Amino acid sequence: MSRMEGNGVGSVTATVPRRRYPNVTADFRTFAALTVAGFRRYATYRQATFAGAFTNTVFGFLKCYVLLAVAAGAGAAVAGYDAPRLATFVWVGQGLLAVVLLWGWTDLADRIRTGDVVADLLRPVDPVVTYLATDVGRAGHAVLTRMLPPVVVGPLFFEVYVPHRWPTVPLFVASVALATLICFCCRFLVNATGYWLLDVRGPMMLWAFVSGVLSGLYFPLRFLPDWLVGPLWVLTPLPSLFQTPLDVLVEVDPVPRQLTLVGIQAAWAAGLLALCRVVQLRAERRLVVQGG
Amino acid sequence: MAELGAPAGALRAYWALLRAQARGQASYRASFAVDLVSNVGATALDLVTVLVLFGVTRTLGGFDLRAALVVNALAACAFAVADLLVGNIERIKLYVRTGLFDAVLVRPLRALPQLLLMDLPVRKLSRAAFGVAVYLVVLAAADLAWTPARVALAVVAPVAAVLFFGSVFVVTASVAFWWTDSGEVGNAFTYGGRDFTSYPVSIYSGWFRALFAYGLGFAFVAYHPALALLGMADPIGLPSWVGWAAPLVALPACAAAAAVWRLGLRHYTSTGS
Repeated sequence: MSRMEGNGVGSVTATVPRRRYPNVTADFRTFAALTVAGFRRYATYRQATFAGAFTNTVFGFLKCYVLLAVAAGAGAAVAGYDAPRLATFVWVGQGLLAVVLLWGWTDLADRIRTGDVVADLLRPVDPVVTYLATDVGRAGHAVLTRMLPPVVVGPLFFEVYVPHRWPTVPLFVASVALATLICFCCRFLVNATGYWLLDVRGPMMLWAFVSGVLSGLYFPLRFLPDWLVGPLWVLTPLPSLFQTPLDVLVEVDPVPRQLTLVGIQAAWAAGLLALCRVVQLRAERRLVVQGG
Repeated sequence: MAELGAPAGALRAYWALLRAQARGQASYRASFAVDLVSNVGATALDLVTVLVLFGVTRTLGGFDLRAALVVNALAACAFAVADLLVGNIERIKLYVRTGLFDAVLVRPLRALPQLLLMDLPVRKLSRAAFGVAVYLVVLAAADLAWTPARVALAVVAPVAAVLFFGSVFVVTASVAFWWTDSGEVGNAFTYGGRDFTSYPVSIYSGWFRALFAYGLGFAFVAYHPALALLGMADPIGLPSWVGWAAPLVALPACAAAAAVWRLGLRHYTSTGS
């Protein structure tokens, strides 16, 4: 963090200096206000919400029939999942798709490209916090509108698995919250490549392609050989996005194992959030060099 | 919609549109290269998914891996080509909302070919080429009992499937003329149609199968032609001649697409301002 960078330009950062002493109440109120704003922004896209829920539901049927055919072909349970577990896996996964939101978030990248991001930097709130608060509001809206239709339609047509153990419920809620947080960080980092590349189509395409298959969205990752799944789960944040919350929900593992999986999620969430912060700081210094 | 008098002049104009597109897209070299590679990756992934599923089961809806791959490769190859040629018609939602569609209509060329050429996604060439290559490899590896009729079907079926998927793209995009904010609804039938077609129809059941397979006609795109190529009896029980007649489904599909497109075009009243 030397002051000599940027060809000897005096200022290190483009942002307003941040407060030295944290004011927790004010920070919380800012965060809450941004969250509400995020919720209300998405609440205005009513037709898009309906269209999205419809499409998620149709794909729920498609995926469910494929996995049930796999279970039928294999005879007994596949990799620990019986037919009702697979149905729950698919339908709740379709519901979570819009909550966790893998694809289609380009807010930051668009603002970097157009230069509007400068306005974010002038606000006395950390941009990572601003985008996170807005995303929490978006996810809250998605839980109420996008998650319900597939979760209600699935059980009408298929036999689904309902969790039996009480700790599963709080663990599932925590796991979904962590998955949303991890996915936000991944999306933020993919968007932030725009600070350097300006055009994020490449990284975006790569993310869409890798995240879909390795997060457990196309098929439960336990269908893959063990030597692949273990490292994938620990060394990448991807299975934490869908595989962990869904595995917790359908109780393929005993409670201690469920706790371990959620613990891995928590570690990834903390690490990635810190990384977002670092990347954003470096990008702000970079913007000073670009500006003028 | 005026037409150019000389067809040669119109062809030259279309060719100029296409060349400008190709040059424009390829000029961002790094981005274009990543796009080309990622597009192949996306198609390869569908194939990998089938292989993973067959890693835990030996049959899928009465199909073994060899037979399931014929269905999958036929669907994937046809969809990739249709997506390259017609897929970008999806962007019509954007054109209708922004009013850019008016500019398309006042030019002395037909609206549909213009729209297709204006955004022809050259980067999807790699995906289409990969899809065709996989189809050929799968056919070669499937150890089929080749007859002249089967060779003809192996050629005609993907062509008909391209026409069918193309029609689905046009019909779902035309919805934008009536419902501008239709958003992702079209995806349920375009990409959803591809996913439905990629697996043997025998894995689906009930009203869902009736609707997608026979109501919308997706069963005739890859499943029935593949049965005829493989010489398999239909697990659902339809007679074997259905597979040979299946490519004809492209005709009503194209007719329906043309009708819906014209109806939509007539319904279009610009966005005002």
